[in-house]
Amino acid sequence: MAADVLLSVRNLHTWFELRRWGFLRAGVVRAVDGVTFELRRGEAVAVVGESGCGKSTLARTLLGLHPPTRGEIVFDGRPVGGADLRWYRSRVGYVQQDPYGALPPFMTARRILEEPLVVNGVTSPRERLERVRAALEDVGLTPVDDFLPRYPHMLSGGQQQRLVVARAVILRPDLIVADEPVSMLDASVRVEILYLLRALQDRYRLSVLYITHDLSTVRYFCERVMVMYAGRIVEEAPVGQLIRFPRHPYTQALLAAIPDPDPDNAARFRDVPPGEPPSLLAPPPGCRFHPRCPRAVPGLCEVRDPPAFEPSPGQRVACWLYAPTGVEGVSPAAARTDGARSD
Amino acid sequence: MPGGPSGHPLLRLEDLRLYFRTLRGPVQAVDGVDLTVRRGRSMVIVGESGCGKSSLARAILRLLPRNVHTYSGRVWLDGEDVMQMPEERFRREIRWVRLALVPQAAMNALNPVLPVGDQVAEPLLVHGRARTAAEARRMVADVFRQVGVPRDFVDRYPFELSGGMRQRVALAMALVTVPDLIILDEPTSALDVLTQAAVLNVLKAVKKEMGVTFLLVTHDIATSSELADDAAVMYAGQVVEVSTAGQFYREPLHPYSRALMASVPTLRQDKALAAIPGRPPSLVRPPAGCRFADRCPARFARCSQEPPLLQVGDRRVRCWLYA
Repeated sequence: MAADVLLSVRNLHTWFELRRWGFLRAGVVRAVDGVTFELRRGEAVAVVGESGCGKSTLARTLLGLHPPTRGEIVFDGRPVGGADLRWYRSRVGYVQQDPYGALPPFMTARRILEEPLVVNGVTSPRERLERVRAALEDVGLTPVDDFLPRYPHMLSGGQQQRLVVARAVILRPDLIVADEPVSMLDASVRVEILYLLRALQDRYRLSVLYITHDLSTVRYFCERVMVMYAGRIVEEAPVGQLIRFPRHPYTQALLAAIPDPDPDNAARFRDVPPGEPPSLLAPPPGCRFHPRCPRAVPGLCEVRDPPAFEPSPGQRVACWLYAPTGVEGVSPAAARTDGARSD
Repeated sequence: MPGGPSGHPLLRLEDLRLYFRTLRGPVQAVDGVDLTVRRGRSMVIVGESGCGKSSLARAILRLLPRNVHTYSGRVWLDGEDVMQMPEERFRREIRWVRLALVPQAAMNALNPVLPVGDQVAEPLLVHGRARTAAEARRMVADVFRQVGVPRDFVDRYPFELSGGMRQRVALAMALVTVPDLIILDEPTSALDVLTQAAVLNVLKAVKKEMGVTFLLVTHDIATSSELADDAAVMYAGQVVEVSTAGQFYREPLHPYSRALMASVPTLRQDKALAAIPGRPPSLVRPPAGCRFADRCPARFARCSQEPPLLQVGDRRVRCWLYA
């Protein structure tokens, strides 16, 4: 297994210190607060969560844009960190949410794609042009000669996002971090971009970390999902398993809130847990979901932070409901699972 | 308050057109829209960005920018042609009194320096629905209860509220005058999944309890089904399909509606997603025949002529396949 692991993240914390008047400590925002996972070569994994859950901070920390407060990131057997990040950045591509904002408006497509090659020491202009043309072809911006001289504003939203993808893959990275790559696009274009990412992933055996709030696109694209809540991963499972048998009460609530196009929807109300996600300045003690959880166990969930349990192979859930009997301090009644069936 | 039995036409649009002046020529954002919204039956208008759906919402309420090239057609509200009304009378009697709008990103458009309660009370005082400030406050408290905003929030400022709460306040502002019809322009697209579900629950409750009719304009097909009794699809400035929600979400007729439905990812059904090839046409010089013809898998010779909205059973479709 270890040989196959591309990215290994252990106990990662990214905290931001808030200051008043520039020097008084006003508190710490725990955006990412103890995240551990592994990403295998050629695997697409989604991180799903609501705004403010820390998923974008996680992405930006993995890209080396925020220094981690604690914990470690190991990429291809080598720890990431310190002053020299160039080797790492050349092997990780980034697909941003807003394609227009991610592309410099004064550069042509050709220059945008040449830039990473120049930075990474491809000195021959002929080789650069060849690779730029190959990248445009990879993302379907053809005929290539039409697109080389174009500026971002001369492209449609979908074409802009293709250019962003081309820039992310031009150095043949091992990992792509895609932060909401399709949330700004129309439904019909969204599908194109998802299929494009999927095709490139297969062709180059890329690993992809797909950050999104939209669970319904995940199953077309990823093998595994991690659900994030208040800076932590609360559930991790293969996609089909998570959608059919969500275990964590938060995952269950999230899935129940997502509509499919169905005329019967108009006639029914949806169950929504009360309240809102907690402040990351002062997250609640114990399980962070307990103030909103319909199945919280008094005396346990608000006191002790649940570790990750594995109720079925490959599915890890940070919830006391799934504690195996015999775990110290957990009564068997509290640990009994109901609602979530096992298969 | 003019009322009428449920099911009767509440809003009827006849050949509504709104063109904008630009350097490249007039943009035909809304191009001959015919549509009927019945009292008590909420209608959704779905379409992709640039299809003219937000312009349609603004055209109904006469909230027009300065570069209008053409603004014509008829807007019947409860049997009265409000297009003929002078602006002052429209402002006093129609807009916000009988027809209200919750614009796109309304939650970010609240006045940051006024408590939200005062903002919701404003239409009451402007339109003389409340004689005193105390009466207005009582009515605001009522409407806050209906949309699920805690009572003590009336004195808070927008920045003290979460996105979901601000969206509820924006809705309260439209509801407070008890209009016949509320136009919602992308009411939940900036919200998180759980917040979105909570706001949709509020809208459903309001629809049921207050008898308000909604006209929902959105690009999000899955969410649109949460409120729809009837559905219309817009493409390149025109309505291409109108039918009941039950028929539309199960079996859309127009090739564009079918393609759009096939591109929606679903959580519970297994289906292959399909993108729509090509791009919508320019609204400056739209193609002569069917506007979807270039992208249509079912195109045939007749499509070079412009199809009318054809009656198919109790549905209407702008496609020669159903002639």
